[in-house]
Amino acid sequence: MSGLASILIVARLTLREALRRRLLWVLVALTVLMAVLTAWAFGRINDVSPIRGPVEMAAVSQVLVMLAFMFSFVLAMTAVFAASPAVGPEIESGLLLAILARPIRRAEVLLGRWLGLAAILVAYAVVAGYLELAAVGLATGYWPADPWLAPPFLAAEALVLLTLALVMSTRAASVAGGAVAVVGYGLAWMAGILGGVGDILNNDLLRAASTLARLILPSDVPWRGAMFALEPPAGVLDAGGVTAQAFRISPFFAGSAPPAAWLGWSALWVIGALALGIVLLRRREV
Amino acid sequence: MSVPRGEVFGFLGPNGAGKTTAVKLLLGLSRPTAGQGSVLGAPLGDVATRRRIGYLPELFRYQGWMTAREVLGLHCELARIPASDRAGEIRAALELVGLTGRADDRTETFSKGMQQRLGLGVALLGRPELVLLDEPTSALDPVGRQDVRGIIGSLRDRGTTVFLNSHLLTEVERVCDRVAIVDRGRVVAQLGMAELLRDFGVRVRLSPADAGRNAAVLAAATPFGPARLEGEWLQVDEIAEPAVPELVRALVAAGMAVHAVVPARQTLEERFMSLLGAANPNGRGEEASGSPAERTG
Repeated sequence: MSGLASILIVARLTLREALRRRLLWVLVALTVLMAVLTAWAFGRINDVSPIRGPVEMAAVSQVLVMLAFMFSFVLAMTAVFAASPAVGPEIESGLLLAILARPIRRAEVLLGRWLGLAAILVAYAVVAGYLELAAVGLATGYWPADPWLAPPFLAAEALVLLTLALVMSTRAASVAGGAVAVVGYGLAWMAGILGGVGDILNNDLLRAASTLARLILPSDVPWRGAMFALEPPAGVLDAGGVTAQAFRISPFFAGSAPPAAWLGWSALWVIGALALGIVLLRRREV
Repeated sequence: MSVPRGEVFGFLGPNGAGKTTAVKLLLGLSRPTAGQGSVLGAPLGDVATRRRIGYLPELFRYQGWMTAREVLGLHCELARIPASDRAGEIRAALELVGLTGRADDRTETFSKGMQQRLGLGVALLGRPELVLLDEPTSALDPVGRQDVRGIIGSLRDRGTTVFLNSHLLTEVERVCDRVAIVDRGRVVAQLGMAELLRDFGVRVRLSPADAGRNAAVLAAATPFGPARLEGEWLQVDEIAEPAVPELVRALVAAGMAVHAVVPARQTLEERFMSLLGAANPNGRGEEASGSPAERTG
């Protein structure tokens, strides 16, 4: 009970800081701006080539997935930049020293930080994600297969990167930890595409490399879930003939939802990484 | 080394002696590589015991986006002070450290001295049984230093144990009951302040003609303690205060004219230097080349 209370104190501190430092307001302003621009741009597309047949649906889904990719990038960067200075650098600057001298465990400080930042990211991903989907749906009439699933998947991807950046932050300097998390995000994304290429070429080496990368950093697993959720409903591509089928080799195309086992691994990875972060923080001299 | 409850305990040492490390060990912020200790009856690093400890870090910094009142509120929560007591605690802390007028200003607008005052207020929240102050006056002006001395005095009056890290010897001399002197991670001396400053000396001004009679002057003075002549001043160390009139009588009996008698108490600084010197007969200048194995403390 007292552990949970301590975690909540730190989480609330993190949320208050985000509010006070206007991080949340910047995100809200960006979201509204993006939704307006999205509605306008997709409306233009719809004016020029109305989204009726399978090919147009496939095409507009690709634009939507790319939009989601950009959004996931913003989310990932927000996660990394918010988490990288959150623990270690605050110890070095003396900010956390007075807090750590209170009856609070280091694990509670780390988990409180994670919880506060995770709440901000999930809220942002969900609100902005649904707003974007609504903007596209209203402008074009295109509704993906599982619109409800896409924002939670994007939020999950951001949580993986938040966890990585926070664990790095227990030991590494802010810039170094952030750089590792950003590079990790890029590599994991590329490894996912390599896996798709491996599937097309039936190349086991590429598939194995992709699997290994996903085991090390599973941020691509929820991303593929988000892509799949944004694609047209099952059967549309098959009905669209060769042109629609061609979208299957796009790097912004997922042929299937991520298997439950991989989603489970992603969740386990987050828990394991936080446990590692706790160990690293406990062993750290302050 | 042990610190008696209810005392103001000075922990003195040169830069890099290990004063801050010692405080961090007491709080469980650092782990000992060897040895053991206890704080308020609990082993080092016991999380629950920290509820009874207040701490002002040497490197004090508080959330710049928060007001002084909010920082104190956060620490009330962290220290598990009951919600009903918090407003009163915060008001009392602000008043004690003289920040009532700036309570609702963001701490990033505070000077270093004001931040240190805030840190002291944070450390005193919830009436801790033990207060660890790491160089509490490093950023303060003379008025602030005097305030801190007053605060430490009132802590002593209410029975709070104060562990004061400092290299400002005059501060320590004025407020502490006991001191330990630490050098390169080792305690080289630990004693009561009275005991530390016990050695009394006296300086006697003679006429120039008498001062020239070295042998006669020293013969008269030496029975009272180690004596030496510096110009027309005769310095006699380690003389007990009641023996001073006898010294004067002896000098007069030897035909000297005594113009002035001035007490020459050894200052804490002189004592500190002599203790450090005794601990390091090779001198501190060789610190860089000395290996830990050569430590003599």
